[in-house]
This record gives sequence, structure tokens and C-alpha cells, in this order.
Amino acid sequence: MTVSVSLTVNGKAVTADIDPRTLLAQLLRENLHLTGTHIGCDTGQCGACTVHLNGRAVKACNLLAVQAHGANVTTIEGICGAHGELHPMQAAFREHHGLQCGFCTPGMVMNAIELAQKHPNANEATVRAELDGNLCRCTGYHNIVKAVLAGAADMSKSVNNSVKG
Amino acid sequence: MNAPYIGQSIKRKEDQRFLTGGGTYTDDVSAVNQTHAYFLRSPHAHANIRSIRLDQARAAPGVVGIFTGADLAAAKVGTLPCGWLITDVNGQPMKEPPHPCLAQGKVRHVGDQVAVVIAETLNQAKDAAALIEVDYDVLPAVVNAADARKPGAAVLHDGVPDNTSYVWALGAKDAVDKAFATAKHVTTLEFINNRLIPNAIEPRAALAQYSRADDSYTVHVANQNPHVERLLMTAFVLGLPEHKVRVIAPDVGGGFGSKIFLYAEETVITWAAKQVNRPVKWVCERSDSFLADAHGRDHVTKAELALDKNGTFLAMRVQTTANLGAYLSTFASSVPTILYATLLAGQYTTPAIYCEVTAVFTNTVPVDAYRGAGRPEATYVVERLVETAAREMNISPAELRRKNSITQFPYQTPVALCYDTGNYEATLAQAMKLADVAGFEARRKQAADRGKLRGLGYSTYIEACGLAPSNIAGALGARAGLYEAGEVRFHPTGTVSVFTGSHSHGQGHETTFAQVVADKLGIPVENVDVVHGDTGRIPFGMGTYGSRSLAVGGSAIMKALDKIIAKGKKIAAHLLEASDTDIEFKDGVFSVPGTEKKKTIGEVAFAAYVPHNYPLDKLEPGLNEQAFYDPTNFTYPAGSHICEVEIDPDTGATKVINFTAVDDFGNVINPMIVEGQVHGGLAQGIGQALLEGCVYDAASGQLLTGSYMDYAMPRADDLPSFTVDTRVTACTHNPLGVKGCGEAGAIGSPAAVINAITDALGVKDIAMPATAQTVWRTLQSKSKKK
Repeated sequence: MTVSVSLTVNGKAVTADIDPRTLLAQLLRENLHLTGTHIGCDTGQCGACTVHLNGRAVKACNLLAVQAHGANVTTIEGICGAHGELHPMQAAFREHHGLQCGFCTPGMVMNAIELAQKHPNANEATVRAELDGNLCRCTGYHNIVKAVLAGAADMSKSVNNSVKG
Repeated sequence: MNAPYIGQSIKRKEDQRFLTGGGTYTDDVSAVNQTHAYFLRSPHAHANIRSIRLDQARAAPGVVGIFTGADLAAAKVGTLPCGWLITDVNGQPMKEPPHPCLAQGKVRHVGDQVAVVIAETLNQAKDAAALIEVDYDVLPAVVNAADARKPGAAVLHDGVPDNTSYVWALGAKDAVDKAFATAKHVTTLEFINNRLIPNAIEPRAALAQYSRADDSYTVHVANQNPHVERLLMTAFVLGLPEHKVRVIAPDVGGGFGSKIFLYAEETVITWAAKQVNRPVKWVCERSDSFLADAHGRDHVTKAELALDKNGTFLAMRVQTTANLGAYLSTFASSVPTILYATLLAGQYTTPAIYCEVTAVFTNTVPVDAYRGAGRPEATYVVERLVETAAREMNISPAELRRKNSITQFPYQTPVALCYDTGNYEATLAQAMKLADVAGFEARRKQAADRGKLRGLGYSTYIEACGLAPSNIAGALGARAGLYEAGEVRFHPTGTVSVFTGSHSHGQGHETTFAQVVADKLGIPVENVDVVHGDTGRIPFGMGTYGSRSLAVGGSAIMKALDKIIAKGKKIAAHLLEASDTDIEFKDGVFSVPGTEKKKTIGEVAFAAYVPHNYPLDKLEPGLNEQAFYDPTNFTYPAGSHICEVEIDPDTGATKVINFTAVDDFGNVINPMIVEGQVHGGLAQGIGQALLEGCVYDAASGQLLTGSYMDYAMPRADDLPSFTVDTRVTACTHNPLGVKGCGEAGAIGSPAAVINAITDALGVKDIAMPATAQTVWRTLQSKSKKK
């Protein structure tokens, strides 16, 4: 038995016929070939699959794809600029060496973008608390925290600039 | 960014793809017409298999094939090999019972592979696996190392009646016993080095493809050493010709040791890909990773340090029982022996050391190398003993360390290693300064005024990296060489591809190695790309483990670069009409000193590929050189870690307030990357000390910490920001003067944390992980004793 699901992913309307048990993370990876969304666990604990669903950071392994019917989903592949320029949060991760093996990175970045939107003036303690749902085994979080603080500052700058502009 | 690149924190080349979702991890690779594999695993720790009924499962929708141990036996598929032979105290080889890829009549741990189901979709494979009927005759299990040799303990393997693979020893027992007999003070500790589950965030995965067209295989696998994987899989298990198997380890999401080994799953699906004549993909789900990836540590140890009345170390005596798990994993036998006992001198002049290791089988997941592999266990022994001795003798811990510190190099230890260089005082002094040890007592008092307990702990570690020379390792039991291979390919238009047998799974080799190559050749770093992880493209390789990549793999590249430059001089000599002995090479330019004559290396490379004006009678065209490098000694990174904790006595909650690490890794190529490696190692070491602990139910052998809800991984709010710095004494025996930095954080830190907690609590010892509950209980039992 298959069901049809339609949603918007990274600005494009998509439709897929899927096994009803298909998770949103599987739909993105297997049907849409957006392999930047990673699956690191099966209990909703690691956060590697974090995407934005209608603007909120969610774990794509914790949702059935059918639950995203009609939704607007953004993945790591959808946050660069029109010509591939890095999002300020991506750029901050590179600048501050906030990634090593890269596997947790897409989920970290997606969560960090929401974090920066919710807490434009976040301090280290807030960042550490808000990253609680994302596991990294490589960095010890030290440089991720630095990157998120810097990325959040850059995001609020560009928001201010665009408001001024 | 301008040359010289070495020493600069160049941003990583690999980041662009990782940050944009463009990485290619094994699960991101798919083949046309691929099938999906699911492994049925044992729910029991120990059981005989009476029968396996497959008929219902075979009839399930989408099933392409189901295989069990009987199929592998009929096809004469071998068992998984162990790569290091340990010879026991009686001169006998270790007991090496077979490690079948799929159970042969018996399962020996929860998660042991019983059957593989291959189907059109993963869901269909799982559905069919649920229809397999296995009739188990459940047997008693033994899970703790300390219980494995007790009379009446469950016996895992035929021919190993005491569950003991080997009893092994290193050092001069008589001299040690004599020193203990005359010692003024003896410090004794008994502890468990807790079992850890590595948990790289990318689960293991493999995609095996078979081609009938030329009887060849292509295997993508999340692995740290693709050539070793291929060698072991083809020669020892599947009996395939090596040249017909290409192993690709693409982007790999962390390893920490757990992806060194040849595992059953990738071996079985490679074999099965030919049977079903379809590509087969297997991706481990995290719940299975807990049961299927080799675990780490798990030692039970009694350790003693003998001192004279002034605190001079006289001797050390260590007895360890190491848990091997149910089978010998690929390098399991070397970890609690060669990589452990040899490190017990630490940074000290202890004249006599004796260590005896008993390695036992239990009904648990196999144990093998995990970040540090033997060296964290050794450092924990040494640094807990030293700190405890200092407290018992009322000497400051720093002073006792200085008093016994090695200051003359080279230094031959009583446990086989010869340290080439170091400056232990320099790292200790800098760490004490950065940690503001001088201000600690004031901070302790302020904390006490707030009702909190503060403690400070040191750990001054040594490690041995870049496992070396092949002939000596061979004499010690290694069944493989320990060199590395590299190739430097100058392209006609001046860019360079570097092929390395080292493998990067987070370490940033694509950047660091390019910095080295760009400086040596005098070309822009943007013009250098580093290729790794593919037996089809790289001459050979031993891969990445034991912090060896730059020290060994980088040295192989340096040798190849020397050959490039030597050939370039000959080409330049021809072009400049000079003798090659008169040619000087500097900053990318070949010149004849004292003249205006010069050619850039780009011009020389072009001439090598378009050899119109070229000494064809004497020199081959092309500019492409390979080298193998076999190190002459280990490298010896060392450093000083200082941990400051604050404990809430009402809850036992322990917070690491400051963690300072000052390390000597020799020359540093990219400080940003080195610091990142230290941060990650510290997190794993602090994780071991405070949070992580693998727990089995002793009666049933069930893994109780089998998910991220039960196994406490360090999270961002469990850790502080770290203070890290380096001091440099260059390695004396490799061309880059580098020592390796990947494991140091995990090696030094557990002892520093526990030394800080015991200081805060005023107790001699506390078990790892020192969770809030453990700390609280320790405080309660202490106050009861009063």
C-alpha cells in the first residue's frame, strides 16, 4: 500500500507515493535525494536529521512523511544564497572550525539558525542549553558554541542591514 | 592566505561540502537496482541454536535472499581474523577461537549475527526477519571480566575452558617485587576502567556491488582503513583475489577506532552481492550499533606504586584483567598489552615496572581499540597512582611529578619504549599558569562559602603514536606492516593531486596535508588536492588510527615530494644547461645560484609532460612519485591536563569549571585543527569520567545502555569551554617533526577529572563514570563513616 504526499521542499513543490511508514527523513533522503539530512540514531536523540518545518527546527526522523503533507520544509541544501554563497551560520561554522567529520553538521546548523532567530543575543549558556538535542562526537562542542554565537551575531547584523536597507 | 602555510590556521577545504549537505557518506551512495540487507541478531547473550526456520520469511513480499551461518559454512567462507598474535607467559600463542560472520550453531552475545535478510526495501527485509523462527537453547552467561575465570562460569568457546585468551606479562617481576619489599611507602588502588561505546555519529554502513562482467566487487564502507579492510576481507575470509575488489571509504562520519575493524556485516553483504547478483546496501541503525560496533576499555586493575621516603618512585606493579568480549576483534589482543603496559612509565623515571594482563572472553560485544586504545587505560593507572601517592605522602601533586619526571632524552623506559624527546616541565608549568593553580585555594574557599566543593586534579600523560617500525611490531606479534604509502602527482599545468593511504574521517587531512605539500613545492595551497579512501586510486595504505596520519602518512608524502624535487632538479638542469648538483630549489623555483638562471616548478612540470626539450635519453617523462615510509620509532606526544570541578554536595552534580590542556605534539601544521582534535578528545575523556558507562545485566547478559536514552553521551551543556595550548619539542625521527594529536585529549583527561573529584570529596577513589548519583553516594558513605 502506498500513499501520496505533497509538500514544498526548499521552495519546490514535490509529490511522492510512499509506504505510509516512511519517515520525513527517509522521504528527503531516498525519494528526493537530499542526502544532506543525516540519520544518526533511531530514538530521536542525536539531531543529525534536523530540518525546518514551517520555520521550526524539527527532527525529521520523528515525523512520518505524511505528517508533513502540505508543509513547507527547508533542509541544509536549501539555505545557501542564490549563487551558492554560505548562509551566515554556515560561514560561521567554517570560520570557527565548528565541524570535523561533518555528519552532525547539517542538523547542528539547522538547529543553530532557529536558535539564533529565537535568541538573537544568546550567550554561551543559552547556546549550550539549546544545543542539547544535537549530538557531536568530534568537536567537544567548544567550536560549535563559538560558531553559533558568531553566526547568530552575523544573522542579526544582516537582519538589521536588511531592515535599514 | 600566503605561504608559508605550515603553522597557519587555514580554514578547511572539506568544509564547503559538509556545510552544504554535499558530503558523500556511504549511506548517500546508491546503486541502480540495489537491495537492502537487515541482520537478524541474537536476543540472548549465550545460547545454542537448535534450529532456524526460514520458510515463512522466504515467502514474505520483496525477499531476494536469506542466508545463515550454514550457507556461509557450505560456501567455505572463513571467519574474521585477529591482526595481532600475543604470546602468553608460557610462550604459547593466545587462544583464538573462530569468529564466524554469521552464528554457527551458537550465539555468544546479544546482537551476535544470526541471519541476513536481503529484500527490495529495508522495511520488507525487516518484516521478513520478524518471520524467521530461531529455536534457542539459552545458556548461562558471563559478562564481567572479573567473573570470567571463576569456577562454574559459563564457557563461551570450545577449547577455551577458562575463557582465557592469554595471560601476558611485561617487565622485570623480581626487581619490582624486591623494590616493593624495601619501599617506605606503597600506594595501592583497585579500579575498573569503564567500558565505553564509541558512537561515531555516522552509523556503520556498506554498499556491496558485484559485476558478473569481470567478476569484480566494489564495496563502499564506512571505514578508517580501506586497504586493510580489503586485505583482511579478501585474503582471510572470502578468499577473493585482491585485485578484483575495490574498497571505497568515502566521507566517513567519525571513527574513533570503531571503524578500523573488519566486521561481519560488510563481509557478508559483499559475499551476498554475488549470490543475489544485485547490489546490497546495509546501514546500521543506532540500536544495532550499540550491539554491533566494537566497544572500548573495560579493564579491572590492581595497581601499586612503591616510593622511598622522599617520594622517589621505586617500582610499579600492575595486574589487569581485560574484557575481550565474545570474540577477538581485529586488533583486540594488542590493546590491553602492547598499547597498554608499554605506557606505564608515563613521564617518570620509575626504574622497575611489571604488568600482568589476563585477557578473557565474556558474553558481551567484542572490545577493541577506541580513541587512545590502551594508552588511556595506562595513563589512568599511572596518574591516579601518582596523585594518590602525593596525597598520602603529603607532597604537592605537581611537586611529586616534577621530582620523578624524565628530563634527559633519549630515555629508555623499563617497558620497552625509548622516548626520543620531550619537555614535560614546560607543559606542566604552562598548564599550571593557564589554570591559575596559584589562585585555586581562594576559589575553593569561595566555593565552600557557597556550600560547594571544589577540587583540582592533574594528569601528566605520555602516549606512543605512529605505531612503528614494522619489523619490531612484527616481532611483537603484529600480523601487518605499519608503514604508510603516498603519491604526489604533478599535473602538466601545475596543479597537484596527492594520494594518501591515510584516511580522514574528521581530522582535516585534505587541508593539513595540502599545507605541507604546498609549502614543500612552493605552490599555492589552492592548487593541491588530497585524495584518500579508495583502493582503486591510492597505491596502498594502512589507514588512520593511533594518531598516525601526519607522522607516518605525512612522512610518506614528504618522501614522495623529495623524489619530485630530485627529478625536478634534473629536468631544470637540462632546461638551464647546468649540472643537477648545481641546482637549488626554493619557494617553487629551481635556480643556479649566482646566476639569473631559473625555472619555476610549474615550468618544470610542463616540460616533464611535454618533453620537447627534455633529457629523454636519461630521464622518463612525467612528474609523479610514490613512496612508502616505515617509521624508525614511535612518536611520543605528552602533555599536562589540569581539571577543576565544583560539586553540589546536596545532589552530587559535578561541573567541570575549567579544563586546561597543554600538549606537546611536536611541530604543529594547522593550530586550529590541532585544537579541535584536543577539544574532541577531552570531551570523550570527560565523558568517560563523568557520564559514559556501558552496563550489562550480569544475570541475563542484556545490554542495559543500548540507546542514547540510556547511554549518556556528552552534550553541549555537560562541558565547559576548554583552555588549550601547545609547547613544542620536535619529533627527532620524522621529516615533519610531528608527533600526532588525535588521541591525547581522551588519554590524559579521565585521570585529571577523577583526581579533581577525589580532591573535592576528600576520598581516595571513586568509580568512573562519576555520575551525580555515584558522587552523592560517595559523600553519604563518607559522612556515615565519620
